Amino acid sequence: MLETDIKLLANILPHLPQAIQSQILAVEEFLAETTLTVRRESLRQVIQFLKTDPNFCFDVMMDLFAMDYLKYVPETPERFAVVYYLVALLQNRRIRIKVFLPEEDPTIASIHDLYKAANWFEREAWDLYGIKFEGHPNLVRILCHAEFEGHPLRKDYPSDRYQRLKTTTSSEGL
Amino acid sequence: MSEHPLTVSNEEADLKNVAFTTRLEDFINWGRKNSLWPLPFGTACCAIEYMATVGSHYDISRFGAEVVRFSPRQADCLLVLGTVVEKMGPILKQIYDQMLEPKWVIAVGVCASSGGFYRAYHVMQGIDNIIPVDVYVPGCPPTPEGIIYGMLKLQEKITKGGIVRVRDRHKIAR
Ligand code: SF4
Repeated sequence: MLETDIKLLANILPHLPQAIQSQILAVEEFLAETTLTVRRESLRQVIQFLKTDPNFCFDVMMDLFAMDYLKYVPETPERFAVVYYLVALLQNRRIRIKVFLPEEDPTIASIHDLYKAANWFEREAWDLYGIKFEGHPNLVRILCHAEFEGHPLRKDYPSDRYQRLKTTTSSEGL
Repeated sequence: MSEHPLTVSNEEADLKNVAFTTRLEDFINWGRKNSLWPLPFGTACCAIEYMATVGSHYDISRFGAEVVRFSPRQADCLLVLGTVVEKMGPILKQIYDQMLEPKWVIAVGVCASSGGFYRAYHVMQGIDNIIPVDVYVPGCPPTPEGIIYGMLKLQEKITKGGIVRVRDRHKIAR
């Protein structure tokens, strides 16, 4: 991203409607990329705004992934985070949206209806980290097999705990 | 004048020039070992090495095994080239079951042989957990020379074996 673009983004941010601005907990600029940390309950509102507002037009969701900050230094506000990576094709701009989720209730609203790509990404985050996406039409495992227990990329999952298929003998329904 | 008992008749001498005798078993095995039709089950990097093995430089057709088939019904040598995850297990088993006897299996690379450096939640610790393996080729990845050596070892094994093989399926863990 060009330096002018960064300025543009930084300049636009103060012009966000108050309703959106108040949902943003932190803004971070690192290596020419902006990260907004937003409140959990208003994630959909912020993303919907960034997608539809003519000044932003973040029309593509590049990536969606979860993080587990267990024992992370420096300590984070909550254990889990979900990160959304949006791109505005016309302006060639990128932005990251980050939401922290508490360990005891890692739940967040699904955005599968805003970006179709989110559907499988959310299933992946559920499979590997156990993040629950409320409103997702089919939140089942996507990578691990059907008999798998637990969420393997959580930091407290033993790194060598291998789980065999016990009852499934055909390739159907995995 | 009667013929000397040790004189070879003309007819017999002709036969020796055009025919030789052998055992049926040896003859069939000779045919089998020199016309292996491989089925590459390529799941990861080792499969790339196999491409080089089939290519003109290493030229596996020198050993009669260049007729690569992608249907298990038409192949008799299953080459498992790459990492096999637990979820892939039933699929590999199904493909093996679809192959007609006589059939052989080569585990190419440490991933297929033992899980390799993957000792985690997802990778099967050696395909011999689910199907019988005839030859293991070590290396990560094995060189094309290694794969050819594995093929030659299999040919040796075929030469020594009977024409009807009854597999001890109970030796397989499941
Ligand atoms: S043995 Fe090495 S080269 Fe072969 S599939 Fe495994 S990681 Fe890749």
